[in-house]
Amino acid sequence: MIEEQLGRCVAAWYPGATGVTGAAKLSGGASQETWSFDIVHASGNVGAILRRAPPGYGASPGRAAGLDAEAVLMQLAHDAGLPSPRVMHVLQPGDELGTGFIMQRIEGETIARKILRDEQFAKARPMLARQLGGVIAGIHGLPASKLPDLRRMTSSKEIADLEREYRGFGWPRPVFELALRWLRERDPGPSSEETLVHGDFRHGNLIIGPDGVRAVLDWELAHFGDPMEDLGWICVNSWRFGEIDKPVGGFGSREDLFAGYEAAGRKVDPDRVTFWEVMGTLRWGIMCCGMMQRFRLGPDHSMERAVIGRRSSETEIDLLRLLAPRGG
Amino acid sequence: MQDEPTPTELIKAVADFLRNEIVPVMKGHNAFKLRVGINALDLVTRQLALEQSGDAAEGARLKQLLGMDGALIDLNRALSDKIAKGEVDLQTPGLAEHLWQTTMDKLAVDQPNYASYKRELGK
Repeated sequence: MIEEQLGRCVAAWYPGATGVTGAAKLSGGASQETWSFDIVHASGNVGAILRRAPPGYGASPGRAAGLDAEAVLMQLAHDAGLPSPRVMHVLQPGDELGTGFIMQRIEGETIARKILRDEQFAKARPMLARQLGGVIAGIHGLPASKLPDLRRMTSSKEIADLEREYRGFGWPRPVFELALRWLRERDPGPSSEETLVHGDFRHGNLIIGPDGVRAVLDWELAHFGDPMEDLGWICVNSWRFGEIDKPVGGFGSREDLFAGYEAAGRKVDPDRVTFWEVMGTLRWGIMCCGMMQRFRLGPDHSMERAVIGRRSSETEIDLLRLLAPRGG
Repeated sequence: MQDEPTPTELIKAVADFLRNEIVPVMKGHNAFKLRVGINALDLVTRQLALEQSGDAAEGARLKQLLGMDGALIDLNRALSDKIAKGEVDLQTPGLAEHLWQTTMDKLAVDQPNYASYKRELGK
């Protein structure tokens, strides 16, 4: 059924398109879905991705930038020469597909364990940290006048949000308390420069090929704030997938990441990056607890969500390694 | 008194059956989900083996740190409260050691293959 709707939609704006084929749902909860499909064309099929909220799910949840904003950001990134899919079409009411957009499908790998271990990425791995530093700098430098309306975040607000969420669980975690206290005592306050922040720049949201990074995805958590947040988040140990001595995504060094960022004409504040790494580690821990809550309260009673609750202790050991390192 | 086999023996028997007989014939997303499920069963058997001694030691440390007695959850609430208020911190004798030991005991149940845990185990 979705192939018929997509076929009608695509025919209206893609010259020569005669339909779509191979539609497959890649991921999705109740409110947001990602589909992969091919646009059928006499000169060869064209790979495309639909990202949408189905009809009836217009409003985006609290932190989300919204699909319209995501489309604008992705297109701006593409136009600025950053690795980003081209946005082909923003859904209109007449498409009867809900809200969202259709973008070019970029081939490559997003699964961290494959990127970190498969031979085909061996040449890419040593250069990725520097490359991603440059990409993050490019995101932070996107022209302010063209950016959509997004929420503004500061470190103080983020600490308060995390604390409220953690307290809402009603389950004591002394290590999280220690991290919250550490963050409050070292809160650097608003950044002297506020920029666009991607907000979820890590494995899973990056398409990697043997030649390096090919696309940045998932702008759902984009906001305005401290640019150092993106550099700290990609260093969180949870995204190293076992390669704990390579802080950037399990493939690279902070030095390379920072060098790539500064080569693009921007400045790194390493203390703020560390601050955001601690914040990010706590944030992922609280997100794991939140998934357990959603399992328990019902909307998503899946085994996967249940066991993710037992991964929050991983962030506790990582917080202790950051805040109270032992000798040896 | 409940009879044998023990819960641990029952869960292990089920997990081994799934691992040895069912995983090889499963494909795609269900194979992935089955592995997640087997990991959860393995976690439960680790908890059944380790929880009692870990909880007892944690309770004794908390009693010492806080100078009070009570259920484990209440002691953890009290410690959380003291950390939040700044009444104890990493300079407080025994606090860092307590948090480390408690966290290591959690990881021994939750994720004994987690790289940070394996690194710290060697220290």
